[in-house]
Amino acid sequence: MQDIEIADIRNLTQVIKERYNYDFTNYAMSSFKRRVQRVIDLYKFASVGHLVSRIKEDPAFFHDFISEITVNVTEMFRDPSFWRVVRDHIIPNIMLNHDTISIWHAGCSSGEEVFSMSIMLKEMGVLNKAKIIATDIDKEILDKAKKGLYAVKHMDLNEKNYIRYQGTGSLKDYYEEREGKVYMDRSLVANVSWREHNLVNGPVFNKFDLVLCRNVMIYFNQTLQNEVLKRLHESMFKYGYLAIGSKESLIWCEIANKFIVVNNEEKIYKKIKE
Amino acid sequence: MNRFKLHNRYKAVVIGGSAGSFQGITRILSGIPQDFSLPIIMCLHRLKHVRNGFTEALSIKSIKPVTEPCDKENIKKGQVYLAPANYHMSIELGNSFSLSTEEMVNNSRPAIDITLETAAYVYKDRLIGILLSGANRDGALGMKKIKERGGLTIVQDPADCMIDTMPAAAMQLTEIDHCLNIDGIIRFLIELDKQYK
Ligand SMILES: C[S@@+](CC[C@H](N)C(=O)[O-])C[C@H]1O[C@@H](n2cnc3c(N)ncnc32)[C@H](O)[C@@H]1O
Repeated sequence: MQDIEIADIRNLTQVIKERYNYDFTNYAMSSFKRRVQRVIDLYKFASVGHLVSRIKEDPAFFHDFISEITVNVTEMFRDPSFWRVVRDHIIPNIMLNHDTISIWHAGCSSGEEVFSMSIMLKEMGVLNKAKIIATDIDKEILDKAKKGLYAVKHMDLNEKNYIRYQGTGSLKDYYEEREGKVYMDRSLVANVSWREHNLVNGPVFNKFDLVLCRNVMIYFNQTLQNEVLKRLHESMFKYGYLAIGSKESLIWCEIANKFIVVNNEEKIYKKIKE
Repeated sequence: MNRFKLHNRYKAVVIGGSAGSFQGITRILSGIPQDFSLPIIMCLHRLKHVRNGFTEALSIKSIKPVTEPCDKENIKKGQVYLAPANYHMSIELGNSFSLSTEEMVNNSRPAIDITLETAAYVYKDRLIGILLSGANRDGALGMKKIKERGGLTIVQDPADCMIDTMPAAAMQLTEIDHCLNIDGIIRFLIELDKQYK
């Protein structure tokens, strides 16, 4: 199997940009290349050129391409210690000054992070005070998130995370198992609005007290991380909080000085300057 | 004496290890010179949901503290890096790390193949790949890529391994330049380091 050349990738992203206005030019090369290879293997294309032609001709296929190219792997209560900090420090701090709280899950994938948030807020007794918006570039995964329907095989890990998070109940309180599938309690997300949104070129559509953008910017190169961070910054109230993945960092970004670190271990930042 | 015919154009050492490699790794990290000249980039199979403790355990005897890089962190000479739990770790052109949560590869995240393959792509013939004890086939394909791009390949001698499946799989798939026990690997790295002094 011939390795994909960078020139092939450049050509592919150029075509996508011109034809569909999605911009993948500044995605991290190593993982993007693997994702493209994966699509080529999956659909048995003879070369990147064949993939490009198909994308040009077939908009329906392009949407399948988007959902294959994005990495949707996620968990409920991923990094349980992160969720404890949000519960014990971040939410109480926000609630000191407001009686409502607005939250944005940027890159929510299949919704596990959103359900985790809702469960946490419910157990804190403040779910009805929260306004939550969950967005992703991948329409198909958003449809899955809205349904709150998961494979039983993933629940083992989710349960373990919940236990390590030290929730007040049992994760089983929040779902039903039927015919080998897990149906989440939909009332948890009754106040969540799910939207298709591209962090790369989508509009700044609101301001939030808390933005979670975890394990999303790792798929971008540093140039794009800088740009997207500016958008996230614009989407936050002053003194609002931003959470990124536990192995990401803002310190290299141009506007790092507009944030302070609230918790370095869990990568939670606070906006201190407009 | 230059038993291994080494030179000073190598840019990095990548090490893969799995079951039965912990002791070997700690011996290597304590046996090489304090001011080792190249970055050492390690991908070891580890518990997926235990974030802390592993780097600390490896650091106790190591010449340098072992660190888990953040996404897009630059790779520095003489540092010892470990792929973080539950993330694949790639090397990016421009000499930085990239992390990802893609599906498991060879039942593993981090997968050794991913680290080795991306390192081979970036460093080409300036790379040394070392594969240690382990119970699956992860790393074999990565070693093949290193060889294809002109890098140097070393496996822990199967006879010296607690579990030899991993190095044996690599030997089956590609040409291996040196098959050494842990002491031999340490001697190799010491000699490599001398080329830079
Ligand atoms: C690995 S998931 C992260 C899920 C969750 N936040 C977590 O940490 O478990 C990354 C998500 O980012 C989304 N994504 C990738 N590029 C994006 C973009 N440009 N705009 C919005 N979402 C994007 C992907 O579709 C995917 O669902």
